[in-house]
Amino acid sequence: MNSRYELNKNLAQMFKGGVIMDVTTPEEAVIAEEAGACAVMALERVPADIRKDGGVARASDPKMIKAIQKAVSIPVMAKVRIGHFVEAQILEALDIDYIDESEVLTPADSELHIDKSLFKTPFVCGAKNLGEALRRILEGASMIRTKGEPGTGDVIEAVRHMRMMQSEIRRIQSLHKDHLYNAAKELMVSYELLKSVHENGKLPVVNFAAGGIATPADAAMMMQLGCDGVFVGSGIFKSGDSRRRAAAIVKAVTHYNQPEILAEVSEDLGEAMVGISVYDIKPEARMSERGY
Amino acid sequence: MTVGIIAIQGAFLEHAHTLEKLGIKTLWVKEPADLKHIDRCIIPGGESTAISKQMCESGLMQALKKRIEEGMPTMGTCAGLVLMAKSVDKDPLITLGVMDIQVKRNAYGRQLGSFSTRASLPLISQNQVELIFIRAPYIQKVEPSVQIIHVHESRIVAVLQNRMFAVAFHPELTEQTCFHEYFLTI
Repeated sequence: MNSRYELNKNLAQMFKGGVIMDVTTPEEAVIAEEAGACAVMALERVPADIRKDGGVARASDPKMIKAIQKAVSIPVMAKVRIGHFVEAQILEALDIDYIDESEVLTPADSELHIDKSLFKTPFVCGAKNLGEALRRILEGASMIRTKGEPGTGDVIEAVRHMRMMQSEIRRIQSLHKDHLYNAAKELMVSYELLKSVHENGKLPVVNFAAGGIATPADAAMMMQLGCDGVFVGSGIFKSGDSRRRAAAIVKAVTHYNQPEILAEVSEDLGEAMVGISVYDIKPEARMSERGY
Repeated sequence: MTVGIIAIQGAFLEHAHTLEKLGIKTLWVKEPADLKHIDRCIIPGGESTAISKQMCESGLMQALKKRIEEGMPTMGTCAGLVLMAKSVDKDPLITLGVMDIQVKRNAYGRQLGSFSTRASLPLISQNQVELIFIRAPYIQKVEPSVQIIHVHESRIVAVLQNRMFAVAFHPELTEQTCFHEYFLTI
């Protein structure tokens, strides 16, 4: 990989300890920035609405993305469908700061993700486990996030994916190096990347939590489980008092291991988003099952 | 000696790793009370808006400003530079305002404008050093009280004023320790 890839990993390092918020209008973007978001994700509908509306979910209108870029000074990310490299080319032409190749949108390719190494713009991708994470990194992703189950307000899948990733990393770390080649075959990942996990005990890129985070406590739990920061999608602008909740989640990520502060910021936030239990969603309708 | 690192948001771990290599004790600074235990301070890169907001709310902004004005050596990188500046071009951001400089945020554009380069900074190292600029600011104006340490393509990107050292790039993202070693001497 080249120095552009290093610069892209470096930008993700600047997001650490921060909250990246889904926004659908310039006004929401400003609220997110004022609340202390370290970046915003510009999209037409938050995952909860995509889930409700059904149909095909695609990349957002460039006009709307440009309006959000103009409204805030923090980095602006946007989503493309899995495998849709032309939507990604369009976002690159818009000078977007990060592209999320996301399972929240309807996949555009039945077996391949985008060859992200062909782009100058950085990519973040979702993963449920170490294998998916390392495959996305080999394709050129410079940041990873857990998939969780978007648009539910139910944190269980984000927790499951983060715990899965951590336990697989610990297992790889504990292997004798003679077994690494076999482990790489089993996980269907590059030997070189797996070796780096074995040696360093972590992914070679920044790893955020996403998918179902709705409260300051959810965000702090993901931080305590070892992620570098969090994405909050529907959790903020589908709740009663978005401004307050956004600021509270930002504080919860900074002070994730200080329960007194978490208690203080959790107080009086108004109504949280209406949740859906992941187990009430048919497996074939779960977004986290998208991707390869 | 203990170096406090402002640990609100951004690349604070990287600074701690660099200082660990030099055998220096570090402490996370999140609230005003944490300042009691530190002798020097680093303000890392990250999003200056996110860091500024929480510093204002907790009172850390005022408390840290006081410590720096009393002479505590402080280093700022990228967002840290922005937060140390007296004024920020066309931006309502609240800063510490301790250095007599005016900065421009995201001055090289968005992520596609991020770059790295090698340069000679004789004050810092005898060897060439790597400078990494990520959505970086640069310094538009300095008062005579400020010493210019480095200029990249006619833009000021590193400055020193009394015991305050600020750079637009990210020494903590490299393996180099020379910038931190220099900081420990001011």
